[in-house]
This record gives sequence, structure tokens and C-alpha cells, in this order.
Amino acid sequence: MNNSTFKSILIAVGMSFCIISAASAQKYSTKNGRISFFSETAAEKIEAQNTQVNSALDITTGDFVFKILIRGFEFEKALMQEHFNENYLESDKYPNSTFRGKVTNLKDINFTKDGKYNATVEGDLLIHGVTKKVSVKGTFEIKAGSVFADSKFTILIKDYGVKIPNTVINSISESLEIKVSVELKKLIN
Amino acid sequence: MTKKLFALAVLTISTAWGQLYAQDLMDMLGDDKPKTEFAYATFKTTRVVNGQSIENPANGTLLFMISHHFGKINSGAYNFYGLDQSTIRLGLEYGLNDFVSIGIGRSSYEKTFDASLKAKILRQRSGESNMPLSISLYSDIVLNSMHWQHPERKTNYFTSRLAFTNQLLIARKFSNDLSLQLTPTFIHKNLVPTAKSQNDIFAVGFGGRYKLTQRLAVNAEYFYLLPGNTADTYVNSFSIGVDIETGGHVFQFHFTNAQPMFDRAFITETTGKWSKGDIYFGFNISRVFTVKKPKTFKN
Repeated sequence: MNNSTFKSILIAVGMSFCIISAASAQKYSTKNGRISFFSETAAEKIEAQNTQVNSALDITTGDFVFKILIRGFEFEKALMQEHFNENYLESDKYPNSTFRGKVTNLKDINFTKDGKYNATVEGDLLIHGVTKKVSVKGTFEIKAGSVFADSKFTILIKDYGVKIPNTVINSISESLEIKVSVELKKLIN
Repeated sequence: MTKKLFALAVLTISTAWGQLYAQDLMDMLGDDKPKTEFAYATFKTTRVVNGQSIENPANGTLLFMISHHFGKINSGAYNFYGLDQSTIRLGLEYGLNDFVSIGIGRSSYEKTFDASLKAKILRQRSGESNMPLSISLYSDIVLNSMHWQHPERKTNYFTSRLAFTNQLLIARKFSNDLSLQLTPTFIHKNLVPTAKSQNDIFAVGFGGRYKLTQRLAVNAEYFYLLPGNTADTYVNSFSIGVDIETGGHVFQFHFTNAQPMFDRAFITETTGKWSKGDIYFGFNISRVFTVKKPKTFKN
């Protein structure tokens, strides 16, 4: 290896670091996003929220990911929370829920200009050990350098292998309305 | 050659980093396990069968429990195998915070009122901090409110109606299915029927549950009286039953040789013998009500 090759490699390494730091400046993340879900039947209203949601967004690729600790969901009724973890979501076996997706209409969103943009995010939602493809509509609001992502969508409980016993079938609806609200801040390396 | 090498190097390295970063977006979120995980739902409710379990009603939760024992199964067809008779206890328990709960109750057996306190001392946990066991302290006072047998007697003191139970509840949830509990018990009775009877009685309880399904568990409980006059006169209580959980209710159905349901009486005054068929069929039904909502749901 002659001297100039060695130099070139050094330059290459240096450049790739530059590229990386440029790329990471295009990443946004949070550790305290909010996800809540809601189910209502004539017999019972079930509501829970998790305010420790981890999420990251790469505005150059459109990659958008979430990681949620199931035990982080808080319920109005302590017993519901216990049953949610013990019997339904089995959080000992499946402690996390994740979403790996991509913003499909990335070109419609100008992350450098304040404003509200409609977005569609598609990807794999993992709940209770079962992965399903989902496509979710929501909004990105760019304000003061932060990205506020909001969405509301519905999932079917049975899609994720969560069994509802007959005795409580009147208390738990078949579908859950899920609300996502995260404030993503620019990641500084 | 140098240029080619340069191009190759740039390509390889940036591709490698690029790929690393695509994966990293999820990895960047980290493995966000809770720092310490506390064991929960060691038992389904606040009773193993007749005796206390390590569970408290949750903070701000009111638990209403109806306990019922029918008569002895061996009491014959005339008594419809015990189903004609009944002993009941009605109780309320309330979780003052995450650690302490209080309770009151009334039993038809000897027209007894009870008041209790249960406090968590240690909680089983794993993670950054580890603790293999949960330990709680349970104390109660019971008041026998029956008319005096000899109302004319001058020594009918109010304090003579009282008895006290103190227990350490030592439990471990071994797995999702198996939980066991050891219950050292000290009972003091202010008044006892004979000079030979013990005022202070020690016993050890053994309890456990095994979950058959998510909502069905088998529970068993045995209280061993330490040698003494009480152990000679009375019988150790043994109970076995199932817990069925349906949303807000827990139904506990059981067979036991103890007629009463409060600690002093079923631990130290059980007379029924399993071998003779002195078995009572009974149940506890508990229902919880959320009185105080958690902070996050206040508005």
C-alpha cells in the first residue's frame, strides 16, 4: 500500500463520518411520546395510556419506528392493568410492542418549514408476539424545529392473538382505538 | 489504481455505515426495560382461602368480599348435606396507598366484628434491585359481640371480648403459575375459657396457588398449630379450592374443615376433621371498586 492509497482511505473514512453526522442531524427522536387506547362497550369503558413511548424518525429515508413497553400502560382501574398484563398482553412473555414503518409520502412533507402535513405511514406493527402490516394516516406538524406526529387508528384485538374469554365478551370490544401523539426532537450527535 | 481503491473504500465504508444506521433507528431506541420489575398478582385476591394472602387492594381501590361457608357435608340428608346452614362474613378492604390497606368485617360466627391492617414491608422484584420474596405484616383485632353468658357476673370486661392476630406473610411468585406463601402467626386472646387454655398461640400457615389457566387457579392452605393446649384440643385447618377470575370479580370456591372465616377462629378453634367428613363447602366472592383514580386519569 503506497502512501497516497493510505491517505485516500483516511479521507474516505473521514468523509463517511461527515456523511454520518450529516445523516444523524436528519434524525428526530423522543423517549416520552404518548400512546393511548380506548375501548367502549355498553358494559365497560377501558382506557389506558403510556407516556414513555420511544420513537425515532429519519426524515431523509422516512423510516419511522416506535418501541413501547407494555407494562408502561396505566389504567384507570388497577385490576384492569393487572389483567391486561397478566392475561391479555402477557407482558412477561412479550414485554415490548414495536412498529417499524416508513412515511410513504415523504416528498409531500417539508420538514424545514413550519406547518401541518398529512402523512401516511406503513409498516409492521408487533403486538403480543404477532406482526401485522398496517397503514396509518396521521399528521406531521413542524413547529419550532420539533416534529409533532399524531395519529388515530383502529386495530382488531383478534388480529394479534389476544383471546377474550366469553365471560367478559360484553365488556371488551373487538376493536381498539389507538391514539399516537409524539413530539420528536432533532437528535444532536 | 489509487483512485479505484479510493472509490472502493468510500463505497464500502459508506454502505456499511449506511446499513448500520438503517438498523440503528430501532436500536437507537434502546432496550428500554423498566429498571426494576415488581412481582404482581402473586395471588388473585387478598385471601389464599380463609387466610390472608400477600395481596393488598390497589391504591384507592375498595374491595368488597362476601365469604360464606355452608354446614358440614357429613350432616346428612336432613340438613341437605350442610347446604341448609350457613356462616357468613361481609368485609370491606381499602388500599390507602401502594403499601398499606385497612379492612373491616363482620362475621355471623360468634357475632364478630374485625378490623385489620396489612402493610407491605418488602416487595419481590428483579432488575436493578433484586428481592426474592415479598413480605407483609398483617394485624387484626376481633371483637366478639355476643351477649355475656352470665350477665350478672362482675368481671364481664369489654377487653375480654377482644383477640389479636399478627402475621408475617412471606410469599414468592416462583413463576406465572406457581406462588407459595409462608405465614408465621401469633394470636393473643384476652380471655380464654379454661385455666389450661393458652392466651398466646403460635401457628405457621402454608399456602399456595397454581394457575391452571389464565383465569383459573387451584389454591390450598394449611395452618399448623405449634404444640400446646390449643394444638391438643383443636385441629389444624386445611382448605383447598379454586379461584375463578371474571373481570372485576374473583370467585373462590373451596372445601375446608374450618367453619369460621376470621383468623383467630379458623386458625385456633377449628374442630372439624377431614377424616370424619367434617368438611364445609364455601366460597368467597370479591369485587373491586375504583374509588380514587390514578393521577393521570384525574382530568
